[in-house]
Amino acid sequence: MASILAVDDSASMRQMVSFTLKGAGFDVKEACDGVEALAEAKRGKFDLVLSDVNMPNMNGIEFCKELRQLPDYKFTPVLMLTTESAGDMKMQGKQAGATGWIVKPFNPEQLLSTIKRVLG
Amino acid sequence: MSIDLSQFHQVFFEESFEGLDVMESELLELSPDSVDDETVNTIFRAAHSIKGGAGTFGFMQISEFTHEVETLLDEIRAGQRALEQLHVDLFLQSVDCLRAMMTALNEGSEPETARADELKLQLKAILHGEAEAAEGDSNDASEATTGGSERAGWKVRFIPDADVLRTGNEPFRMFRELEGVAPNGIKVMVNESELPEFANLNPEECRLSWTITVMGDIEQSDIQTVFEWVEDDCDIDYIALDADGQALESGAEAKADAAEASAEAAVAPEPVAAPAAVAEPANSEAAQSESVKVEPAKPAAAKAEPAKAKAKPNRGGDQSSIRVSIDKVDSLINMVGELVITQSMLGQLGQDFDISRMGRLLEGLSQLEQNTRELQESVMKIRMMPISFAFSRFPRLVRDLGNQLGKKVNLVMQGENTELDKTVMEKIGDPLVHLVRNSLDHGLETTAKRIETGKDESGTITLNAFHQGGNIVIEVKDDGAGLNEERILNKAIERGLVAANANLTPEEIHQLIFLPGFSTADQVSDISGRGVGMDVVRRNINELNGTIEVKSQKGTGSTFVIRLPLTLAILDGQLVEVCNQTYIFPLVSIVESIQLQKQTLNNISGSQPVMKLRDEYIPIIRLDQVFNLRPLEEEVEEAMLVVVEGDNEKIGIVVDDLLGQQQVVIKSLEQNYQRVSGVSGATILGDGTVALIIDISGIGKKVDGRAAAIPGSEQAA
Repeated sequence: MASILAVDDSASMRQMVSFTLKGAGFDVKEACDGVEALAEAKRGKFDLVLSDVNMPNMNGIEFCKELRQLPDYKFTPVLMLTTESAGDMKMQGKQAGATGWIVKPFNPEQLLSTIKRVLG
Repeated sequence: MSIDLSQFHQVFFEESFEGLDVMESELLELSPDSVDDETVNTIFRAAHSIKGGAGTFGFMQISEFTHEVETLLDEIRAGQRALEQLHVDLFLQSVDCLRAMMTALNEGSEPETARADELKLQLKAILHGEAEAAEGDSNDASEATTGGSERAGWKVRFIPDADVLRTGNEPFRMFRELEGVAPNGIKVMVNESELPEFANLNPEECRLSWTITVMGDIEQSDIQTVFEWVEDDCDIDYIALDADGQALESGAEAKADAAEASAEAAVAPEPVAAPAAVAEPANSEAAQSESVKVEPAKPAAAKAEPAKAKAKPNRGGDQSSIRVSIDKVDSLINMVGELVITQSMLGQLGQDFDISRMGRLLEGLSQLEQNTRELQESVMKIRMMPISFAFSRFPRLVRDLGNQLGKKVNLVMQGENTELDKTVMEKIGDPLVHLVRNSLDHGLETTAKRIETGKDESGTITLNAFHQGGNIVIEVKDDGAGLNEERILNKAIERGLVAANANLTPEEIHQLIFLPGFSTADQVSDISGRGVGMDVVRRNINELNGTIEVKSQKGTGSTFVIRLPLTLAILDGQLVEVCNQTYIFPLVSIVESIQLQKQTLNNISGSQPVMKLRDEYIPIIRLDQVFNLRPLEEEVEEAMLVVVEGDNEKIGIVVDDLLGQQQVVIKSLEQNYQRVSGVSGATILGDGTVALIIDISGIGKKVDGRAAAIPGSEQAA
């Protein structure tokens, strides 16, 4: 089954995302900021990365840029979890190499239907 | 698939409370004169997370309110608006408001929104007139409105950006998705005219374009959703088709497309997969050329955010839990491992024991003792939390109070990492608040007065915590005027607390403030006059087996020193014997132990025997009488008198003998039996017998007014 890296500094969001994805049969690894996520990404190979934008230490945009530099993640779908108020975040995300975004707040169903768009 | 989101609520509340604490402490760091970007960022992030979580978990009141806070923060963060003191105040109020709302939600009740609405209005007033361009860009107004009924499909011309693959967007997946939404399937035709010569082919670039025919009547927005992530970079046209495959809104372009469409074969999306497949092997090579840019996480970014990392006190109502660092748990597991090894070693030894192996047995037992001690220490540590949890509320409190009283105050906190038992910490919070309020209100002079007396215009309150021999010491110190001895004495005389002609040393006068019903403020102020006096503070601290004392120097300030046991679970006890029973006195309350001399006993106030100990008379209690162990008449030979102090009053307790001192584990009597006055708990001694732990202040009250005459004392009187 596809493996997914879920990055969010909020434990409740992480749990929700992780629980939903695991329930749908995915392998999920969690990371709480960009630094941790990058280390995790180097350690394993993920088929999809979901990342929050606003995080301490390394935010989602920087993380995405760094991730795209890794040979294993050149083409891996990266979805940013953003809020609607962060309009130019979408642009920044795209410039950083993000595949797309999921607008917060989202529910588990929306999450699953969105990630199915980019997996497989 | 339906998932019950309420299972994440507890975590959401915990982290939100944590986030609010972070916001609060960072806001207090913030001043309009020096705006630190990272501080604003941290505050913004906390607000942002709360908003996101609240939206996700269905707390719309929280999410909507936080949205306003976040928007203003965002403007400040982006440098679009200068930070004003007004903003900081408003944010702090918002934090309070959010905390109250979330506390209500956490307890399962509906939050009060009046305050939030009011704050929201204020926030909006500040934001008013600012264009919130960030919002409302989700859907293009350019959406074509075509006649619905005759529409039979769409033709989509998709000319992706060459770099589309580098963002992880795979056209193949989009077609697959499109296929999912199209009622009657899709036809995909690839246009490879832009494809370069093979030698010039860059497999990472997408040079193909496609024309997709979506069959069936669906809304354009449904198709647009599929291309949502790439529509800004790629060239996409949507043309509505009628039943014959003709463009509904005809134009030159549409006709040309139609011609193309008729020539088109029904192609499955497979061809698209090819470029991606080619791209794969090229990855490593391409990456090498780019590997210069592959760098590990920036060291600067690696600094952990301390506020995030630390555990927090649980405020979630009844279910009390603590977060324990993995280190502590690991060390516990290690020790249990050691214990198991020792156990198996001893077990082996026991199987065929021979006196010649006595040495090894003793060695094993001492190892067991060490393991047990270490394990005990580690287990105790689980309950230990840094005192910063109790201290964390003070920056805010001091700031608000200082503003209210018009005093400039610096708060200095030291020893915040000193660890303390969680229960003790919870119980020391209120007394500490009282002391700090008191220092601010009564201790520190007004700014004008400080300047007059040549002091720095802002006063300093210092909170300090440190360990000192099995105790934790917390100091609350101010550099104010010190206790006004004259006024204290007058007040005490006025209230009949001391005799009018009493000749007291300054230290004795200082102690008077701990007497019940004492308040030195000339008028009861909003800050301290809450009906809680220093006597309550002292009682609370005594209940924790702690002590409080005050040191004061006129003109330079006062210091309150609280001494507390590190934990409530273990007590340093003095074992005493009465009628072959063992009792335990808390060591901290013992002043001295002396041989009882009957001739020093008096019986002044009728039946209550007292004893003159140096210059003071202390009441005498016979423990054997309190617990009905011995007939009153029976003579006690060679008795010992233990002088203890409880509730700031000395009493002498007569016991048969003093045994050793040892640490005892406190077991609750209430949980195992029932509450017994004069006894604070029990413990199990090494030989398995149960010993009661004496509650010093309780036993003083128990015998109050009850005769406990010492035989033979009359003749001495």
